[in-house]
Amino acid sequence: MNIIVCIKQVPDTNEVKIDPKTGTLKREGVPTIMNPDDKHALIEAVKIKKKTKAQITVLSMGPPQAEEALREALALGADQAILLCDRAFAGSDTWATANAIGGAIKTIGNYDLLLFGRQAIDGDTAQVGPQVAELLNIPQITYAQKIETEKNKVKVERQMEDGYEIIESNIPCLITCISEINETEYPTLKGIRQAYKKEVKVWSADQAKVDKSKIGLLNSPTSVKKSFTPPAKGQGQTLKGSIKDIAKEIIDLLKERELTGGF
Amino acid sequence: MPKVRISMSCPETQLNLGGIVLIKGNDFEEIPDLPEVQQAIDNGYLEVLEEKKEEKKQETTEGAEVLVFAEQRNNKISRVVLELLGKARELAEKLNVKTTAILLTDKSNNLSKELISYGADKVYIAESPLLKNYQTDLYTKVISEHIKETKPQIVLYGATHIGRDLAPRLAQRLNTGLTADCTGLDITEENLLLQTRPAFGGNLMAQILCQKHKPQMSTVRPGVMKMQDKDEDRKGEIIKLNPDISEKDMTTRIIDIIKETKKKVNLEEAEIIVSGGRGLGKKENFKLIEDLAKLLNAEIGSSRAAVDSGWVEKDHQVGQTGKTVRPKLYLCAGISGAIQHKAGMQSSDTIIAINKDPDAPIFQVADFCIVEDLFKVLPEMIESLKEGS
Repeated sequence: MNIIVCIKQVPDTNEVKIDPKTGTLKREGVPTIMNPDDKHALIEAVKIKKKTKAQITVLSMGPPQAEEALREALALGADQAILLCDRAFAGSDTWATANAIGGAIKTIGNYDLLLFGRQAIDGDTAQVGPQVAELLNIPQITYAQKIETEKNKVKVERQMEDGYEIIESNIPCLITCISEINETEYPTLKGIRQAYKKEVKVWSADQAKVDKSKIGLLNSPTSVKKSFTPPAKGQGQTLKGSIKDIAKEIIDLLKERELTGGF
Repeated sequence: MPKVRISMSCPETQLNLGGIVLIKGNDFEEIPDLPEVQQAIDNGYLEVLEEKKEEKKQETTEGAEVLVFAEQRNNKISRVVLELLGKARELAEKLNVKTTAILLTDKSNNLSKELISYGADKVYIAESPLLKNYQTDLYTKVISEHIKETKPQIVLYGATHIGRDLAPRLAQRLNTGLTADCTGLDITEENLLLQTRPAFGGNLMAQILCQKHKPQMSTVRPGVMKMQDKDEDRKGEIIKLNPDISEKDMTTRIIDIIKETKKKVNLEEAEIIVSGGRGLGKKENFKLIEDLAKLLNAEIGSSRAAVDSGWVEKDHQVGQTGKTVRPKLYLCAGISGAIQHKAGMQSSDTIIAINKDPDAPIFQVADFCIVEDLFKVLPEMIESLKEGS
């Protein structure tokens, strides 16, 4: 079985801070991480590999430093890594990103299972997975919380708002994983050592044989008109006094607003 | 035939116009349009009743509709659809086009009526036993064919587990843009859809356009748009589609659907949420939040830290990777207010925050700030609520 796992390197948004003076985002020095859902997808691929002797290829698109995330993936058990790195990809929206990733997957070829994280923490769109599945004309199962592989088939638990569905699909098939699918893992020392013996291939748009008229900022259907920091709410009122006074004041506030649900 | 009467400026008390006698003081009468009549009008002897132009409601133009995907599960319309219909209607009125909905189901019952009463002018129904439950391939096929045929200019989806599976697949098939999790939708001067969404966990807001591709498509999280009042008297058109689907189109099979028996946490629809975070310190202390929530008949919310520490189940999590909520009251204790958390609760009507750190970012969005130890304030509130009841 051949598995391709798509990962993204993202800024650790828990560490993102706003400059209190300018109200803008401080990007310098913000550490980057492998997107958490993508990491769960990779760990799942490694679990499948242990059972089926699968080959795992990790694929990412990003600037040269995204190689770090791919090295981490190799240390966690991936067999080979490819980084799509070209100025032509810059500014791609999800449609254009799917064209780049999907194009590269066609070039890699010979895949049985494509694993993605459900969404990336910097954009939260959850779109690229399904878009790639459509591009490759293969079935998709999103929000996977459990994957069982059988011969030429997968059985997946798909999380819903009020439970889950059990869905079966033939392979090839694309699955997006949520964090509930497995426990996060850390690379072993042995894994890290091996990762540095493996090569991270860097592909340009031409090497990936991607249709250049469907990638990048200018070919993206959506464009950012402007971005702004959300207006700060005026300073709220601080309640002061003894604990008793404060508790009473809160309860009075609730009564005033007719939020007297239970009392 | 004009309606006339003798004007005040006419010196005569009566006029004979070609055999028809009008008397001063009488109300408007309809008379033939004779030359004498015209002359009397010109002289100012007659007043003409201006035909009151009926305030005719401007007809909406056909086509280029604003379409809402009417997600149903177990033949119940998802609440977010009703929220979207209100927004769709507002956009459609600005564009002077119709608000429509597309419903895929095995039996439509009265669902189309419900969609109309919440704002749809037209409901397209695709009915087939194969469409009972959501299936990516079949739903994508039916909806993409409908979109290609009717060419709506805007399509809106709820950012549910189904909507987030379907919308991107459709966007790629239709080769158009899709903007996820919009918090604001409006129409620009150029009649384009202006989509506002948070980026970097709500640190930044981005305004996004899809200028050259149609339809312009967005997903919106449940609870973000306000639902409009139901109007049972609204009239609308129901159009049955003939979906061209068969078992051959199915690439995946649903083997089972499992409903989880635990009590459903309904943060999105809650009027009051009492939320706790890292400041509670340990699992046992989270009981303070539960007790207060019970007394206030509120739902229990939490920050990611409380979920990660295992004090509360993940479905209570409010924020970027949890739920977006907008209750009438959001009362939180021991939550510092990381941007991810604020992104999920800052549009609550009233926010009360309890935290002993005066610099906690949660106070930036709170209406009422209590810089105190939650272990003093919460028990006191619980006590006085118990006494009061």
